[in-house]
Amino acid sequence: MSDKKKELKPNTYKFDTLSLHAGYQPHKNAGSRQVPIYQTTSYLFDDVDHAAALFNLERGGHIYSRISNPTVGVLEERVASLEGGTAALATSSGMSAIFLTVMTLCEAGDHLVVSSQLYGGTVNLFRLTLPKFGIKCTFVKPRDTEGFKKAIQKNTKGIFGELVGNPGNEIMNMPEIAKIAHDAGIPLMVDATYQTPYLCKPFEHGADIVIHSLTKWMAGHGSSMAGILVEGGKFDWMQNDKFPTMTKPYEGYHGLSFAEEFGPTAFTMKARAEGMRDFGPCLSPQNAWNVLQGIETLSVRMKKHCSNAEEMVKYLSNHESVAWVSHPSVPDHPDHELAKKLLPNGRGSMIAFGIKGGKDAGVAFINNVKLASHLANVGDTRTLVIHPASGTHSQMDEATLKFAGLSHDMIRLSVGIEDIDDIKNDFEIGFRAARKPRLVSNQ
Amino acid sequence: MKFKVNGHEVFASTGGRPFDKKKPLIIFVHGSGLTHMTWVLQTRYFAFHGYNSLAVDLPGHGLSSGESLKSIEEMADWVNDVIDAVGHKEASLVGHSQGCLVTVECTSRYPNKIKTLSLMGGAGAIPMNPELLSLAENNDPKAVDLMMDWAHGPAGHFGGHPVPGLYHINTGTMLAKSRTIQNTLGVDFRACDNYKNGFEAAKTIKCPTLSILATDDKMCPVKEGKKLASLIDGSQVDIIDNCGHMMLLEEADRVLTVLKKFITTNYPPLSS
Repeated sequence: MSDKKKELKPNTYKFDTLSLHAGYQPHKNAGSRQVPIYQTTSYLFDDVDHAAALFNLERGGHIYSRISNPTVGVLEERVASLEGGTAALATSSGMSAIFLTVMTLCEAGDHLVVSSQLYGGTVNLFRLTLPKFGIKCTFVKPRDTEGFKKAIQKNTKGIFGELVGNPGNEIMNMPEIAKIAHDAGIPLMVDATYQTPYLCKPFEHGADIVIHSLTKWMAGHGSSMAGILVEGGKFDWMQNDKFPTMTKPYEGYHGLSFAEEFGPTAFTMKARAEGMRDFGPCLSPQNAWNVLQGIETLSVRMKKHCSNAEEMVKYLSNHESVAWVSHPSVPDHPDHELAKKLLPNGRGSMIAFGIKGGKDAGVAFINNVKLASHLANVGDTRTLVIHPASGTHSQMDEATLKFAGLSHDMIRLSVGIEDIDDIKNDFEIGFRAARKPRLVSNQ
Repeated sequence: MKFKVNGHEVFASTGGRPFDKKKPLIIFVHGSGLTHMTWVLQTRYFAFHGYNSLAVDLPGHGLSSGESLKSIEEMADWVNDVIDAVGHKEASLVGHSQGCLVTVECTSRYPNKIKTLSLMGGAGAIPMNPELLSLAENNDPKAVDLMMDWAHGPAGHFGGHPVPGLYHINTGTMLAKSRTIQNTLGVDFRACDNYKNGFEAAKTIKCPTLSILATDDKMCPVKEGKKLASLIDGSQVDIIDNCGHMMLLEEADRVLTVLKKFITTNYPPLSS
């Protein structure tokens, strides 16, 4: 019999368990094993004193579903737990999560440094819409780590990027860019939609705010729009005078200083108290519940997404109709080594590839695949394809397309979890159609 | 607000209201390695209802400067110095965990100054697990992870924070890691382990006293809290089911309701 002393180990729940349970206790909800859908706009106050205390953040609780809702709250806690964050705020879409993050951080006259490789809608927000609010942005290519440093100005309030750029799969060197941000006393905000916390936990690599479009892999089913911002809790808002709306008494809550009172959850508290109150991009409880159903199987799905993606990378790399393939698992991908470090559980299921024959071939491919769905979404359990130059990024001019790393032959593929042979067979149909016009024109 | 005690700058949250010398004073004392932020769901209420709420950061913790105090006795004297520093002659004390040892000792030492004593997750002694103590003194983050595991009940492990969207264990972890672990948690754990006067100090306490205990508290089990309370004349005890050591956050509403009734009855607010 061994007399070896048992090592002390924390018994906090692990990722797969948190995916199913975090944020919810059945015995506090009539024993309901499933999270109830609180389909209500508002909540009874015990008395006038209770109402005043809730409005003044003296007590926790719900007032009005634009600000918070119990079903949405379960989702928020669940995602915060999976990310290793202190707090989260769910929104009606990923775009509203980005907008709320920026509006919580910035004021008119402020500046942001932003990765140039972003979803087209996000590019337009930073390039065209935020300047209307007096917030200017400098775009830097995601691999130009030094460029992020050079772009920081006196009024810069943060750095924003997608961990893996949409749609070109360029990877931000998150640890180095986080250090640049922190040396300048500003936070790093990362859109990690493509990864989900199963593939990467950005807080472990220096990010301060993580944003997801929950519409994508987190939900998986493609039925519901949702977004979320998650706070890491490490950023010190009081280290300098750059963030007065976080550190100084706030008129809107009787002189409350969010940083002093809420510390590691200050950003989320402000985003909710001010942002949800004033802008109101709240998530419906039904959609929150739908997303929770998806998160329950997140790790199971992500494993299959990643294994199917790696099979597709091999298939496409050896295909006569394919000019190039971009995926971080490819050894000659410029960020292959960085991907191994940042994405140890898999490199994700987004593939960009160039089809021989350029734009016409791309259009023919898209128009002829039968199983793969042609639509403007990613991260569905079903395989999705789109031709970015004519779809998601079609509002960009030629120069902006080039700066965003897009080419006319690029097809964006979001690999689903169908049987891999069926996906390949479908692509063969598309490739045959794509070759046809060229064969005809060569005759 | 910031003020000086023994030459060092002290930070104390006032619950979002300016300090007003006319109002009665409540001082909230946090647990090992933590900060004033653990009290946010109690302090704001009292601050807006006729009291000065002062949730202090102990020296070397949170936003307070200086080095961590090395004994519970020194911390008890420091709390008395805080009362003097803010220009008050008396105060009501509220402590959590290690803060209970500090406030019990302070009340025993300065019986004329302390008007009520509220203890949450308290005990007369808090002997530390030697391995946990060693990890904290060696700056090992595992000490924080273990503390967060043991300190939280179902609300911490599963979720259900009273403030929507906040996640207990990760928030607590960030608070405990906000300063160097060995200089805060390590020093605090050693101070708790060394302190032997809790039961004797409790016997001398004559002011109204409340103990809030929790059935799932692994750090200071209910029986230890009851033992301490039994030594204080007329001590009230409130026990919360399905709750861990962090009851001031896990069951913040219940704690506030009980605390509000106890303090307003025994140490009335300045009427508006």
